[in-house]
Amino acid sequence: MGFFNFHTNTFKHGVHPPEHKDETNKLPIRQFTFSPLVILPMAQHLGAPSVPVVREGQEVMRGQLLAKAGGYMSVPLHAPVSGTVRKIANVPTISGKMAQGIYLQAFPFSGQEVLEGKPIDWQTATREEILQGIQDAGIVGLGGAAFPTHVKLKIPDGKHCDLLIINGIECEPYLTTDHRVMLEQSDDIFTGIRYLLKATGAPKCVIGIEANKQDAADHLASKIPPGMPVSVQVVPVKYPQGAEKMLITALMGREVPSGGLPIEVGGVVVNVATTAEIGRLLPHGRGIQERVVTISGPGVQKKGNYLIPIGTPLRYVLEQVGADENISEVYMGGPMMGVAVSNLDISITKGTSGIVVFKENDIKRPDKVYPCIKCGACVDACPISLNPSKLGLLAKFEVYEEMAAKYNLMDCFECGSCSYVCPSHIPLVQYFRSSKSIVRKRNAAAKAAG
Amino acid sequence: MQGKSQIQNVFKKTLNISTSPHLVRGIGTNDIMRNVVWALLPTALYAVYAFGLSALLLLVTSTVACVLTEHFLAKKSKQPSTISDWSAVITGLLLGLTLPPNFPLWMAFLGGIVSIALGKFVFGGLGYNVFNPALVGRAFLQAAFPVAITTWFPVFSPDRFSSVSVATSTLPLMEPATDGFTGATPLSAFKFDHISTDTYDLAMGFITGSTGETCAVLIILGGIYLAVRKMLNWHIPVSILATVYVLTALLHFSNPEKYPTPEFMLFSGGLMLGAVFMATDMVGSPITTAGVWIYGALIGALVVVIRLWGGLPEGVMYAILLGNAVSPHLDNLIRPRVYGTGNRGEKVRG
Repeated sequence: MGFFNFHTNTFKHGVHPPEHKDETNKLPIRQFTFSPLVILPMAQHLGAPSVPVVREGQEVMRGQLLAKAGGYMSVPLHAPVSGTVRKIANVPTISGKMAQGIYLQAFPFSGQEVLEGKPIDWQTATREEILQGIQDAGIVGLGGAAFPTHVKLKIPDGKHCDLLIINGIECEPYLTTDHRVMLEQSDDIFTGIRYLLKATGAPKCVIGIEANKQDAADHLASKIPPGMPVSVQVVPVKYPQGAEKMLITALMGREVPSGGLPIEVGGVVVNVATTAEIGRLLPHGRGIQERVVTISGPGVQKKGNYLIPIGTPLRYVLEQVGADENISEVYMGGPMMGVAVSNLDISITKGTSGIVVFKENDIKRPDKVYPCIKCGACVDACPISLNPSKLGLLAKFEVYEEMAAKYNLMDCFECGSCSYVCPSHIPLVQYFRSSKSIVRKRNAAAKAAG
Repeated sequence: MQGKSQIQNVFKKTLNISTSPHLVRGIGTNDIMRNVVWALLPTALYAVYAFGLSALLLLVTSTVACVLTEHFLAKKSKQPSTISDWSAVITGLLLGLTLPPNFPLWMAFLGGIVSIALGKFVFGGLGYNVFNPALVGRAFLQAAFPVAITTWFPVFSPDRFSSVSVATSTLPLMEPATDGFTGATPLSAFKFDHISTDTYDLAMGFITGSTGETCAVLIILGGIYLAVRKMLNWHIPVSILATVYVLTALLHFSNPEKYPTPEFMLFSGGLMLGAVFMATDMVGSPITTAGVWIYGALIGALVVVIRLWGGLPEGVMYAILLGNAVSPHLDNLIRPRVYGTGNRGEKVRG
């Protein structure tokens, strides 16, 4: 609370939702079975969708290029299984819209060897070669945002990176993928860090881990290769510490300027699973075909951390792990920032860090929205010190411009802390999300009008 | 095969969707309000023990008046009734606790109606009221019935459980007959006759006063219960009481003849009840921590000013009402620096 905040290795405010990580954090990563049909949307990342380079009926090898990057702000897509391209058509996506994608039918008894490409050696490759290699491998942020990693690593002219931050925070409840990756793939992580240090030119690297994963922190600290400028820092458990800006504040004590990028304060943040993927794929010139997904929640029987091929339909996943009869909510990602799934025909994408399933009555759905009583819980929760109470009121009156101009609406990154604590159950984040999109549209329209 | 049959169900199931976050902490506004009622109960029960049937009837009357008014006005404006959020119960209890124990019931009932109708409903109901509704009701009663509201009733009177004060059962629209003793609470005794009262007796509730203002210890315990459950902003009572203590201490040491001791100020009158249960009304207090400290200091200073230099022996009610009026402005003036803005955006700490 305000006056008594002397913490130096964390950010201000934040919340403590129940973690539920014990349910899966002791379960090693297991290979998931191949589904007979994989569904691959072309837009699995932020930016332009990938562009298919195969034709219907074509047989492809696992790891073969299926679609090329649709521009700089885009990545290619590789075949997660060996099989036949059945159809290139619209596929269901998590947003509920249909979008272009590829239906790939797996060969029934195929050995599923992986096709390899041109290896990139971290010692001899140049910065540009590494960035190109990362893009060619189809790597995006695996923490959930699916931002193309090579774009983030490109240091703009005139800026330089003081610190490479590896994000092993994983502050979302239920999710334990990063935890298991840190325990099981330390070699890949350190190889990945070598590539990243070279690509960014950062003199040193810190791996940030929350205190509820002390075993992972100890393990990684013991595995640091001699002479490598890497350290592990454990920070207190608090949501949303895994958010890029919050982590930079926790580890560097700097604040990313409003509307700016982390590099403006000399930081680059890369998720730990993304780092491991870079360390695993680049030495072999391979593309990303699978990712670790935590499957948890009261609605599933075989909870765990699974290595699942990209494109595996959600329905197939739930069949394999055994979903309860009366499941009522399925979330992709964690329950704080993840997306509620309306249709089980969508598939696992590169950004899917978890699948959390609830049965009926597991989620306490507020029956009633009370008026704001100005208790200030949201003010004490907001990690960027906004006044959600005031913003919520303004959203009700639809004065979106005032929200943006006077109350820093556009800085909200929708972590959900305010809605989580609100005793009146006001859907604050929902208000802010739609207000932001209206402001963006109006600004764009104003710009177009001249 | 069992798996297969489940698949069929999974196929058919309609999934609930919502926007993130999908979790809520689970403490509702009605939970907060209900807990405030629990925290007030020891104080109310002690009042009944100390003042007997009259106090019981008074508290029941004021509470019933508030709840009925809330229900009636909601229905009248074609809204769902809002009595289930418990806030009207708090208003009723607080109103009753600030009145003398032998206060005429019809006046208390009227006060309850005014509290909810003028203190809360005209502003738009829960969350929109500028002033603490119970204090609006009390301010009305003080203006309308200045004699009845300063007529006190002795504590621990022997027949308190067998008979009701004559004043309590005054017929509607009638002024009460005086059977209490007028103007002899510790504060008025000090103000007009310079008689101080023992602090221990004040804190434990052995001295008369308003129905719920006698036992400071129980009020503090209720406040601690709420603060521990994070349903009360402890900064508010602390800043009010600290301000009163410091200001009075300075005055007392400058002139012990003229000014009371700080302990006497803390434990006399309605300060404790006001600081713990009324100034902390979330709706009427500022939303930021810095704002809350200023708000508390302002109320504390006003209490000292009114009590020591004003025309009234007690000033907590007006101090809090003025604090309520200032609170929205404090929220406008004091805004925490938003992350990544201002000169700290580039500043390097470590």
